[in-house]
This record gives sequence, structure tokens and C-alpha cells, in this order.
Amino acid sequence: MSATAPVIAAAPAGRSPWRDARTRFLRHRAAVVSVVVLALITLACVFGPMLLPNAFDSVDWGLMSAPPTRAGWHLFGTDELGRDLLVRTLIGGRVSLLVGVLATLVSTTIGVVWGAVAGFAGGRVDSVMMRIVDMAYAVPYLLVAILVVTVFGRDILLVVGAIAALSWLNMARVVRGQTLSIKSREFIEAARAIGVPTWRIIFQHVVPNLMGVVVIYTSILVPGVILTESVLSFLGLGVQEPMTSWGVLIHDGAAVMGAAPWMILFPAGALSITLYCANFIGDALRDALDPKDR
Amino acid sequence: MSDVTTTPVLRVRDLSVRFATGDGPVYAVNDVSFELGRGQTLGIVGESGSGKSQTMLAMMGLLARNGTATGQVLHHGRNLLGLPQTELNAVRGDRIAMIFQDPMTSLNPYLTVERQMTEVLELHRALSRREARVRAIQALDAVRIPDAKRRIAFYPHEFSGGMRQRVMIAMALLCEPELLIADEPTTALDATVQAQIVQLLRELQREHGTAIVMITHDLGVVAGLCDDVLVMYGGRVMEHASAEDVFHRPSHPYTRGLLAALPRLDAAAGALRSIPGNPPNMNELPPGCPFSARCGFVQDRCVTTMPPLQPLAPGAPALRACHRAVADLDALEAGHA
Repeated sequence: MSATAPVIAAAPAGRSPWRDARTRFLRHRAAVVSVVVLALITLACVFGPMLLPNAFDSVDWGLMSAPPTRAGWHLFGTDELGRDLLVRTLIGGRVSLLVGVLATLVSTTIGVVWGAVAGFAGGRVDSVMMRIVDMAYAVPYLLVAILVVTVFGRDILLVVGAIAALSWLNMARVVRGQTLSIKSREFIEAARAIGVPTWRIIFQHVVPNLMGVVVIYTSILVPGVILTESVLSFLGLGVQEPMTSWGVLIHDGAAVMGAAPWMILFPAGALSITLYCANFIGDALRDALDPKDR
Repeated sequence: MSDVTTTPVLRVRDLSVRFATGDGPVYAVNDVSFELGRGQTLGIVGESGSGKSQTMLAMMGLLARNGTATGQVLHHGRNLLGLPQTELNAVRGDRIAMIFQDPMTSLNPYLTVERQMTEVLELHRALSRREARVRAIQALDAVRIPDAKRRIAFYPHEFSGGMRQRVMIAMALLCEPELLIADEPTTALDATVQAQIVQLLRELQREHGTAIVMITHDLGVVAGLCDDVLVMYGGRVMEHASAEDVFHRPSHPYTRGLLAALPRLDAAAGALRSIPGNPPNMNELPPGCPFSARCGFVQDRCVTTMPPLQPLAPGAPALRACHRAVADLDALEAGHA
């Protein structure tokens, strides 16, 4: 390059496919709103309990099953034991969101590695690995979850484990299918021709190309996982009292739905809004990262 | 331009490729042999399905899972066939590099050009990321990508087809390989860009003394670049001679057909000539010459027995596989005209 060469408008570093996707995502208004709402819910769950005067497990015998009131900051009312429902909903949100994120992370990691290795290796390795997935699918999951919780007691990590044990299976299948199609692309052959070792091809060349699908699938997985946690809690298999989660709160509220509707409405509302937001975001991600677009 | 030294970089002996398919074995490549010295260029010509690409993939150990290669691919006397993966990886990309047909799909869309180029150097030269980057920018400069310092941070989709093929060539030449295998490197490009790429390969070859195997169905590319030509049809070598001979004294009916099918500027306008018939179904090849079904000079024995690949004349370097003598072909062709 000579110094006299005309300087073309100094563009920044290359536009990654990710940046294009982000531009498309930001055009999705519902999704952007969802991101904001979800962020607010998360912030409220994390910091709300510290800022509010009531504790989630302090019992007020004089104020049992009170409807929402501004007095004493009981904005969501109180439950049958006189505990503040606003703080309990936020604490329950912490648990639900934490379980959702953790279980999704665990199952995504396992699913991506499992699926990518199976799909790329092919042949017998692939068959064995995918038969294991099939077998895990056939296990009556809820029964096992009940059994595990009865034997080991209630523990949030156990809940995470139980949910992850189920949800990585789908991820592995999706990733394997995608890997099969990426494997036959020419740049993989080119990488081989350069002498890149197999494990490095999988993690350096295949996995980045999977990310579009993985991100989309994860956005579908998160609400599913949160919902599963609620189901487990609703069945009495979730976290231990006085700790709570949205599922537990909905379970308790459902029992007194006629007399005290606020006890189910607030936690159920929080759960529904979260699930809506997650689904909108998933939709927008799918549009933004759709491989057919490129 | 050939600068032949005594020891060939590559010697291929009786290379055959067989694929196990649901319909029984398919013999995609049969007994291909050739030698390549430093700085030499061999063109492998043939239509789709003639086995030219599979020959190269077999050499690089890149055959599909159901393919088996037999014979010998000797790189400085060491047989590459059946070499363990790790040893093969040490050769591939370092001593032998490859350029693929479609530059649009042979770069990873999710990695920057820099990352893909530095990977080669990290693997084979154990360079640090920073050193590798400097080296990669030099390589991009060498293939005349303007403003390489800035463009190296780009993703493949930000380059045009011709530019991407330049990137591929730069990548292939990073470790200064002795042998470059180019699998139809110009097919997916515009005519003007094709000429630039051929010109570029020729210059790089002159500078580094790289031997090139050029797989193509473009006879123009062969004429512009190659010393020797291997004409393949139906997985077999039909003719193996110098480019000069192939163009001026083609000795095989198939080669003659190919040359006659070239559109010419100096001939009167008229219908384009083609070789009648279709490329052979590799599942049901005749026991004899694979070209016999389309050959204008076919005899009974062509269908039943495969003509051996023999010297054109005793002691001549040119090889051909045809039952008819060249004089016969000339006489018959004169008769037709």
C-alpha cells in the first residue's frame, strides 16, 4: 500500500453477521419493549427486596390475607400468614429466573457439545450418542423428578439439575441436525485441507455457525424451563418454605382464589409477563438470525 | 517456464478411488498416475463426474466416509494414503495446500478473514497471533488486495467473489507450500476476474516455485497455465501429454471433441459444436472404454476391452488410451469433413 492511496471512508472493523442480526432485531419494536420490561422485572427481583421495608418471611399476625394496600407498603396485599406478597413475588422471581437461567445454561452447554460432537463424528459414535438421547427421552421424567426430590430433599440445585436433565435432549437433537448440514459445507473441507485437527474444527468452525440456531432455541427454552420450575413447585417439588418461587406462590394462591384473588393474580401476572417477553424476544431473534436471510 | 529438478514433489501411482454405495461399488477413479516436479503445473481436465476432483480429494485424505483410495500418493517418497490423521494434518496446509472451487462457500462466514488466516500459521508455524497477523497482511498484499491492513478484519461476506478467491489463494500460500492443488479455482468467477486469478497464480508460481495441480474444465485456463495435461473421462485417464501436444496434436477422440466444442472467435458463426450424448453413469460403465458410447470412431472392441494407457510412439512422453492409431483418426476425420 502506498501512502498516496486515497483513503476510503475509514470504516470500522468488519461487520460481523452478528451485527447485521442486531440491526434487524432492533427493528422489532415488541421485542425491544420486551427486553426493557424483562430487564425491569429482573432488576426489581434482584434489588426490590433490599429496598422494601418488609421481609419475605416476616409474619404479621395482625394483617393476614389483606388485600393490596398502600399502608405498610403491602402493594400486592399479604398472604394467609400475613407475609408481604410484593416482596414474596420478587423473591419468588429471583428463584424462578435463577432456575430458568441456570438450567438453560447447563442444558445448552451439554446439548451443544453433545449434539456437535455426535453430528460431526457421525457413524457409530453418532448412533450411540443419539440412542442415549432417545433413551433419556423415554424416562418418565416427572416420576424421576418426584423420586429424586423425595430421596434427596428439596434443593434449588436439584430442581435445576432435574430440569436441565430433561431439556438438554432437545438442544442436542437440534444442534446435531444443524451440525450435519454445516459439516458438508465447503469451508469445513477447506479447514481440513489446511490441517486443522478435528476437535478444533468442531469448536472453532462448527460451533460459531451453530450459534444462530442455539440462540433461537435458547430463547424458546428459557420460558419453558421457568414454566417447568413452576409446574414442579406447583406439585410441591420446588423450593422449600419459607423460600418461594412463582410456581409456589401460584400454587398457594390457587387454593384461595375465590376469597383472595390477589394472591394468585400478582405472581401469575409476573410469570405471564415474563413468558410473553421471552417469547417476543425469541420471535425477534428468529427473524433476525434466520439462516435463510443470508 | 518449467523448472524441473530430479526429485518430483509428488508422484502418484495407480491411484484408484472406490465408493461403496447402496447400488454396489462405484469406481470413481481408476489407475491414475502422474508426477510433478518443483514449479511445474499439471492440468487435470474433464467434465463433471470424470473423477478429477475425487483424485485430488483422495490425495489430501478428504474423501467422503464411504470412499476408499488405493495406490500410492508419494510426497517426497512418503505415501500420504493411510497416513494417520495427525501426520496428515501436519502436511496439509503446510507443504500441500488447496484452493476450492467456490470462494463464496469455502470461507467460514462467522470468522473474520484474519482469524482464518492466522489459524493456519498458528497451527503450522506456531506463530503468536500478532506475528501471524503481520504475516497474513503481507500475504494479502501479495495477492494484491488493496488496503489489506484494514480489510483483514473483515468478514468473508464483505468481499466480492474475486477478492474472496484472492483471500483463499493468500491463505493457501501462507506457509509457502511446495504444492498447490486448485480445484476449479476460476469456475465460480467472472471471465475478467478469471483471467486475473490465472495471472496471479502464474506470478506467484514464478516467485515461489510452487508446483500446481490445476483441476478445471476450462481449456483456456489450461492453455494459460499448464505444462502438462491429464485428460480424464469416466474415472480414467484418456490422454496425458504436454499442453502443447494436447492443443496442437490431440491424439484422443475425446480430447479432439473437447477442443472442437470450444467456441472460436476466428471461425464463421454457426451452431456451437458439442460431443453428442451425456457423461457416463458411473454406476454402469461399459467394460471397455468409458467414452465408447459417445465416440465417433468407436469399434466393437472399444466397448468390450479397455485400451491400455500407452506411449503415443515408442519412447514418447505422451500417453494415450485408445485402440485406434492417431493416423486412423486423422484419416477418418478427413473423410467426415
